[in-house]
Amino acid sequence: MAEMMASGQQPDVLFWVGCAGSFDDRAKKITRAFVKILNNVGINFAVLGTEESCTGDPAKRAGNEFLFQMQAMGNIQVLNAYEVKSIVTTCPHCFNTLKNEYPELGGNYEVKHHSQFLQELINEGKLTVEGGVFKGKKITFHDPCYLGRANDVYEAPRNLIEKLDAELVEMKRCKSNGLCCGAGGAQMFKEAEKGNKEVNIERTEEALEIQPNIIATGCPFCMTMMTDGVKLKEKSTEVQVFDLAELIAQAKDL
Amino acid sequence: MEISSIIFIVLLIVAGGLFAKNLKTIIRNIKLGKDLDRNDRKNERFSLMARVALGQSKMVVRPFAGFLHIIVYAGFIIINIEVLEIVLDGMLGTHRLFAFMGGFYHFLIAAFEGLALLVLVACVIFLVRRNVLRIKRFFGKEMTTWPKTDANLILITEILLMSAFLIMNAADAQLQVLGSEHYTNVGSFPISRQLMGAFAGMSESSLIMLERGAWWFHIIGIFAFLNYLPYSKHFHILLAFPNVFYAKLTPKGQLDNLASVKKEVEMMFDPSADPYAAPAEPEGEPQRFGAKDVTDLTWKQLMDAYTCTECGRCTDVCPANITGKVLSPRKIMMDTRDRLEEVGKGIDKNGKDFNDNKSLLRDYISEEELLACTSCNACVQACPVNIDQLSIIVDLRRFLIMEESKAPAEWTGIFTNIENNGAPWQFAQADRLNWKNEN
Repeated sequence: MAEMMASGQQPDVLFWVGCAGSFDDRAKKITRAFVKILNNVGINFAVLGTEESCTGDPAKRAGNEFLFQMQAMGNIQVLNAYEVKSIVTTCPHCFNTLKNEYPELGGNYEVKHHSQFLQELINEGKLTVEGGVFKGKKITFHDPCYLGRANDVYEAPRNLIEKLDAELVEMKRCKSNGLCCGAGGAQMFKEAEKGNKEVNIERTEEALEIQPNIIATGCPFCMTMMTDGVKLKEKSTEVQVFDLAELIAQAKDL
Repeated sequence: MEISSIIFIVLLIVAGGLFAKNLKTIIRNIKLGKDLDRNDRKNERFSLMARVALGQSKMVVRPFAGFLHIIVYAGFIIINIEVLEIVLDGMLGTHRLFAFMGGFYHFLIAAFEGLALLVLVACVIFLVRRNVLRIKRFFGKEMTTWPKTDANLILITEILLMSAFLIMNAADAQLQVLGSEHYTNVGSFPISRQLMGAFAGMSESSLIMLERGAWWFHIIGIFAFLNYLPYSKHFHILLAFPNVFYAKLTPKGQLDNLASVKKEVEMMFDPSADPYAAPAEPEGEPQRFGAKDVTDLTWKQLMDAYTCTECGRCTDVCPANITGKVLSPRKIMMDTRDRLEEVGKGIDKNGKDFNDNKSLLRDYISEEELLACTSCNACVQACPVNIDQLSIIVDLRRFLIMEESKAPAEWTGIFTNIENNGAPWQFAQADRLNWKNEN
């Protein structure tokens, strides 16, 4: 972003990579897949790179409102300095925070989750997807809480999967009734309280019940939880977990 | 004026007055909460209330229970027209005052009777679900003796009221057949006439006793039930409407930004602020960050607590609860109400500044419960009357973290990381773009 600004250019959209997308090895693959699609379509985008910082979501959900607002104000100063108007992100937590919680603190942007962004590219005819590799495959979509219930985005991810010519199968608890993967509310970063089961195992078992080839998701934290779940259930060879961006990138052989 | 009319009017005034007094106390208690403006977007609020409260749209997510509930709800609303007639009859000493409507009155009576029977059947099914089938969501550690008794009392009362109504009509119909004075030929009584056979051998005077007995039992039952409401989860029949009206309209994922924190953070970001300046005189009492007790919550959160009817749909979908953790969103609401009642009673007894050294946090809701929440909003989504359980959990967490610094060690770690290197993990901010050159 700094380079673009220096050369007097303005991107059409800023790709907010997020902490997971920047540092988590599995999530970095999602970041690269999404960037490949953006480059393939020829989107004029930028990233903040080393100037990006945590949106503050985990701090806020944990109860540390002070740290959240510090992060938010800092990010807003950077985003406003670069005159950012439009943001796309592959993380539903960043999506929710940037879209819903930043405006009151002075950060007003048009914010989209990458599933919505890709859906729009397809609708506009800029992105074409053929389903070859996924033909006949059973794919189920695990709704990230912060995309689904938190922001009522249920259809865009499903439309993308349908474009893959794959069979979309739904879990018993899906859409507004979808079960959390167990990572939200800063649970990702601590051991769960005492119970009789991990939430991600409960969710993975539900997904495995319908025998999908692929569990698709749209959140780096759900990715971790579901991948771990599948591993623990020793199903890694039969069932793969992919982000929507990865599925599209694979379909386009990028 | 007849003596029965006088007795009735006295009863009506006592029941109404007592209810008004209890209602006032509940409104006072709700107003112990902090200010919150929920008067925006009126049109949206009315349409939400029409859909969710009036139209029961979230009840039917569970079709069987939803369908039965709609029967009881419709019965309650429509049979109230009959109660109006009963009240007027009681005051004026008349009998079936609305009978002048003729054919329409026949239709009304038929509708009331049909509904009464359906309500009766629905309540019996509800009792069976709770006590015989023992459906899981009606149990759980917060469902102690009183909540279970409360539920059964409500159902049994409704069954008794409906039975009295039908018996009253049946006796009336039989008296009409006998041509008894006062019992003019009105109404077709399609349901209760099935009971007439049982009364065939009875004398006119005992039939009148039965009819009057059922009439008084029914109306006194209603007066008593009205005054039971403020002590019961059944209060939802009134609060469901305002509670949905004033519900949060912003996306479920959006948490409020604490204004008290905002002021401080803005000051830190203000380059012209003098770091050595004497702190400004605080306006009024210093505000707590987050909530420790019910009085730190907003009035809407307190109204939520009074609206909760303990159906357990929230707890039934809570990922933490499903996997055996102690958190139960229903318990959060019940605890909030119980604590608010306790504070309210304390104020009644000891005045406004009453302090019992207890609080919602810890005396009612434990840290372990709060920490188990994934903030997934499943409870909020499931609630048929748009209660926001999550907001209370978050406000209590805020107090725990910001006022007491009581975070689990891992959380303290992520706070430090976010503060120092802008990510919950210990990676250098300078490495944020490394993904670009990896494969």
